[in-house]
This record gives sequence, structure tokens and C-alpha cells, in this order.
Amino acid sequence: MTALAAAASQTSTGEAFQFWVLGTVAVVGALSTVLMKKAVHSALSLAGTMIILAVFYLANGAYFLGIVQIVVYTGAIMMLFLFVVMLVGVTAADSLKETIKGQRWLAAGCGIGFGVLLIAGIGNASLKSFNGLGTANTAHGGNVEGLASLIFTKYVFAFEITGALLITATVGAMVLTHRERTERAKTQREMSEDRVRSNHLPPLPAPGVYARHNAVDIAGLLPDGTPSELTVMSTLRKRGQMRDVSQESLAGLKALEQRSGERLGRDTEEEEVAK
Amino acid sequence: MNPVNYLYLAALLFTIGAAGVLIRRNAIVVFMCVELMLNACNLAFVTFSRMHGNLDGQIIAFFTMVVAAAEVVVGLAIIVSLFRSRHSASVDDASLMKL
Repeated sequence: MTALAAAASQTSTGEAFQFWVLGTVAVVGALSTVLMKKAVHSALSLAGTMIILAVFYLANGAYFLGIVQIVVYTGAIMMLFLFVVMLVGVTAADSLKETIKGQRWLAAGCGIGFGVLLIAGIGNASLKSFNGLGTANTAHGGNVEGLASLIFTKYVFAFEITGALLITATVGAMVLTHRERTERAKTQREMSEDRVRSNHLPPLPAPGVYARHNAVDIAGLLPDGTPSELTVMSTLRKRGQMRDVSQESLAGLKALEQRSGERLGRDTEEEEVAK
Repeated sequence: MNPVNYLYLAALLFTIGAAGVLIRRNAIVVFMCVELMLNACNLAFVTFSRMHGNLDGQIIAFFTMVVAAAEVVVGLAIIVSLFRSRHSASVDDASLMKL
């Protein structure tokens, strides 16, 4: 514990090295969160930045917060983000049209000005050394115990309000995403009658039937050889990710011929040309 | 190493997040940028906690995390219900009060 306390009160060369390496990665991750076109890529780079921040918390002697950062932020919150991206992001394209003229440049200018102000303010403050968390952490036997003794005495009121907030958020999310059914649910008889009336009595055709492959993104072929859009699921159809493999085997044959030609017949061909 | 470096990093991350909120149009990405700003504040709190040698800063960071979790739950629910009614997650499309 004394070694930990000493480590928390001064910065070693190792910590400086860690700061410069991981700090660079964190800034790159934050920038790519802002600049990546697809929401999934943004979410992944944000998760990386958060893991690096967790390492910084651990290096700063906040052992509990470091673990909570990984478990809550990268574990729960980012996965929630990914769920919503998968739910919403199929057709959600970021529009590139600017509604307010020059908004991007103005925003970037505001950001740079704000950053300069912040950094100049920090630079003017006289913050030269760490006091270190050694005594604070060891006073109650450890970081977690120290935090617990503060949460349940000095901050107990805030802690209870936090509980109320979490309950409210849960109920709010359920209310917001709940969809009221406005029409009566169809009975099984009505569904079967609908099915007979539409022309699809058997189940929908599977992808890849009569095609050369049977992967889900390859449309099945109708008896006359044309691909049927019905066989590919609607998400892939909407994204335009249906694969056409009708030319693939021909292309493979061509590549094989070219390779064998390179190996064997290139010289004879040239001789023929010379003749 | 000067401990102010951690604060500089926090300020930089906060600025990048704020610029992202202003620049991006996709509501989900805007939300992620808000999360980035909250995280930058947490880093500043943890650094100050170590600077001053007491645990109050870490307590504040802990509460920030709880509030961020609640905020994400409600915010993402709003985005999903907006997407249901408008079929778009763009912030600009929500400029009309009515559908």
C-alpha cells in the first residue's frame, strides 16, 4: 500500500511515457469519433477513447472509478449505443447538405477558440505538483472503502437522489419507446385467410435456391434464371447489399488461365508473336 | 511530468466533443460527442482529486457517470421514437414542431 501511495503522489518516467503514448491515441480516437462518416465507426473509436481514460483513472489512483469506467461506459453505455445504431442506422444516412451556410467552419472556429481559451486558462493557473491520494486512500483502508465512507455519510442525500433519477430514467425510457397498439391484433384464422388470398401459400423462397451459392445475400433464381428479390431479406435489399455471383466462376476461370499462362506459356506466346 | 498535462488532455477532449456536437448532424453521433465531453470532465475531476489529495473529486466523477447512464437511456429512447415517426436520425429533420 505504501508503494501505491508513493506512486500516487508523484509522476514517474513510466507514467509520463504512458501519458504521451495513450494521450495521443485518446485524442486520435476522439477526433475520429467526430470525423468518421459511419456511426458504428464513431462508436468504436469512442469506446477506445473511454478505455484509455479508464487507464488514466487507474494511473491517477482512482482504482474504483477506473473499473467502473470500463464496466459502465464501455460495457453498458457503448453497447446501448451500438444497439441503437443497429436499430436506427440501417437507412440513416448523414446528410451532407448544410442547412445554415458556413456552419461547419463557424463551428470549427468556435471549437478552436474555446479550446485556446480553456488551455490558456489552465496554463495560467499555478498547478505544479500532486499532493497524492496516499493518505486519503489509506485512511479507511483503501480507495473503495474511502469512497464508500464519503458516499454514505457526506453525500448520502445525493446518492439517494441518484437512485430516484435512475428509476425515473428507466420508467421514462419504457414510456418513450412503448408503442400503443391502435388496431386489433389479427387472429390466426384471419392471417391464414390473408395468406390464401395473396399468392404466397407456401413459405417465402429461401435465398440462393438454384443459384451457385446459398449465402443469405445472394438472390435465389427463378426457373427462367432471373434473380428474385423476394428471397433476400428486406434489410439487405434496402442497403443494396445483394451479391451477384453469376459471373464469379467465369472470372475465377480467367484468373486461373492467366496464372497458368504466366507460369508456362508466356514465352511460347511471345515466340508465336515473334514468328 | 507536470500534472497539468492531464488537464490539458481533458480540455482538448472536451473541445473536440463540443466541436463535434456543433458539426455533426446525426443525432446518435451528437450524443456520443456529449458523452465524450462528460468523460473529459471526469478526467479533470479525477486529476484534481489527486492534486488536492482528497476523494471528493472522485465522488463527483462517480455521480457524473450515474447521471450519464440515465441520460443515455432517456436520450436514446427519444432518438428511437423520433426515428419511428420521421424515419431519420438527422437533427435537422426535427426542426418542425409537428410531423
